[in-house]
Amino acid sequence: MRYRLEARARPAQAMVWLSPVLAAALSVIGISVLFAVLGRNPVQALDVLFIQPLETLDGLAELALKATPLLLCAIGIAIGCRAEVWNIGAEGQFTVGAIAGGGVALTFGGHDYWWLQPAMLLAGIGGGMAWAAIPALLKTKFNAHEILTTLMLTYVAIQLLGYVVHGPWKDPEGYSFPQTKQFAPDAMLPMLIDETRLHIGAMFALASVPLAALLLGRSMMGFRIRTVGAAPAAARYAGFSRNTVVWVCLLLSGGLAGLAGIFEVAGPDGQLTPVISPGYGFAAIIVAFLGRLNPFGILFSSLLMALLYLGGEGLQVSMQLPIAVTGTIQGMLLFFLLAADVFINYRVRRVPARAARALTHA
Amino acid sequence: MLTTRRTLLQASLALPAAGLLPRVAAAADPFKVGFIYVAPIGDAGWTFQHDLGRKALEASLGAAVKTTFVENVPEEGADAERVIRKLATEGHSLIYTTSFGFMEPTLKVAAKFPKVKFAHCTGYKRAANVSTYSARFYEGRYLTGLIAGRMTKSNVIGYVAAFPIPEVVQGINAVLLAARTVNPNVTIKVVFVSSWFDPGKERAAADTLISQGADVIMHHTDSSAVVQGGEEKGVWSFGYDSDMLRYGPKTNLTSVTMHWDDYYIDQTKAAMAGSWKSDDTWGGLKTGMVKLGPLNAAVPESVRAEVTAATAKIEAGTLLPFAGPIKDQAGAVKVAAGKSLSDGEILGMNWFAEGVQGKLG
Repeated sequence: MRYRLEARARPAQAMVWLSPVLAAALSVIGISVLFAVLGRNPVQALDVLFIQPLETLDGLAELALKATPLLLCAIGIAIGCRAEVWNIGAEGQFTVGAIAGGGVALTFGGHDYWWLQPAMLLAGIGGGMAWAAIPALLKTKFNAHEILTTLMLTYVAIQLLGYVVHGPWKDPEGYSFPQTKQFAPDAMLPMLIDETRLHIGAMFALASVPLAALLLGRSMMGFRIRTVGAAPAAARYAGFSRNTVVWVCLLLSGGLAGLAGIFEVAGPDGQLTPVISPGYGFAAIIVAFLGRLNPFGILFSSLLMALLYLGGEGLQVSMQLPIAVTGTIQGMLLFFLLAADVFINYRVRRVPARAARALTHA
Repeated sequence: MLTTRRTLLQASLALPAAGLLPRVAAAADPFKVGFIYVAPIGDAGWTFQHDLGRKALEASLGAAVKTTFVENVPEEGADAERVIRKLATEGHSLIYTTSFGFMEPTLKVAAKFPKVKFAHCTGYKRAANVSTYSARFYEGRYLTGLIAGRMTKSNVIGYVAAFPIPEVVQGINAVLLAARTVNPNVTIKVVFVSSWFDPGKERAAADTLISQGADVIMHHTDSSAVVQGGEEKGVWSFGYDSDMLRYGPKTNLTSVTMHWDDYYIDQTKAAMAGSWKSDDTWGGLKTGMVKLGPLNAAVPESVRAEVTAATAKIEAGTLLPFAGPIKDQAGAVKVAAGKSLSDGEILGMNWFAEGVQGKLG
């Protein structure tokens, strides 16, 4: 007896809702088995992983703080993916946004200019857009694939950051360590909740969700984006310019990633250092697909991803589990979530033994 | 006994989530000490040595302390601050943050938790409840420079370095200056890999240096990749952080090793006794914070004797690695004959000595 996956005629509506439930159930079972094997209490582990980070106001604020850059980057990536424009380089756009916005903060901070923070945010967006404009140009003029160019430019961006913090912007009182001065207080983002680190960037991230949904679902540009992605031939026939869509997608996702970058350095960090992101731009690719490229789905998946980070730290602190276990659990959960989605478009068919033999011979 | 168990049981029944149980049980309190690590602990390297210190602390103070560590914490400010704060809120009274990048996050958390004590490794900013500690790694480097100068045939030493920061620059200059005392023709080629822990990049840099004629390689990064590369290519190597002889039994000449055990035990005892004060500790060969690992059988007796003599002199303070005359790459005199760099000048070192090839910043 054998089984095979068979494409469904149309996506199963029930599975659209059931697959996350299935994935959650499988994950809980998998995690429990893992902890039982390790000789730890699975209930306690699940509590530390999923419940404890959400028990305090501070925990919730940290969750939102962690989700903010993921959400902004993932929304941009998802819009591109709908048009089959694959921006793998959000990490680089994030970095250049942080450099550009941070540069404004370092140059004009400390004078209480009313326009300082808007200028920083615009510089962040502009930096990210400029960095994404390079692959857009290479794609539309020379047909260079954006997967390669956006990814490669990420490494260039990280070197650029290294250059400014080792070179011209190095804190003169910092014993030659690679870091800038701390930003002046007026260059630090206002906090949303006192005594936490949740800054105003979270509001922008949240607002990006309905705006992206409106753009994709209700606007002419969104229709073009979706058509170019789903049916390139039809889009051509309708006279939609593919180049325009490439430019719009890359600039939009670059701008959002750049905004996330300046939020991160002017929010919790307060200075530029050689490492300003633990890989938000790359993790956001997973977040985008986990949210099925839908803005509201991405809101949930970015929160889930953030929760996995926080819970993973909790496992280390409270249960003294090595980081490898955290990674295993994160991998397991993401695997089940993405794997369960297969059943939206496919069904499992049992193949009777005779037919299976015939199939192999055929 | 019975009462305790019953109380516990009642407590656990009263609470909705089963996971709350251990937090109630933790009420009998040993002194909690936290450690933040920048890399995975692994089998050798910077973080591994700090973890040896943590284990020594547990072995020494037994049930009186409970240690917690969090490994692979990104140096990116936002994450580090959250992890440090989590340790502080969960009742840790003393927290060691073991990488330079944790400096600002440590200070930010320390300001919010004035009763918790912090010790930050390799930084330069202190507060009433934040100490700093590090070691004169360059003293150990100086000894490896002596050996390297004697063992090299091509007179080219290859150096895989993480970042052009003073701590790294000190090591490179110390090796060059020591090697030139026994072999004036030595030069050092440096490759920066922009990461503390990236075995792939470290190995690639080592291969590049070997192909450019280096017959002795060393590293200021946290993995054993360079030593393994040396063993494969049959090139002498020096290890760093941990004793790395087992990664290069034939070619690893020795390692500069770090030992935080005594510091962690002393500081923790002081904190428990209430006599802890914020200060700066800069250990070295003399205090045993830096040591030279076992020497490879390939190191000749005469060289061993030189190393032993130099060690004694450094410990006695009669040999100062950064004593003049020292010229920089442009040939300008940085330290005049008869003078020596002050601790402050060593801490801010941002120039390469003449004979080092490679650019800073």
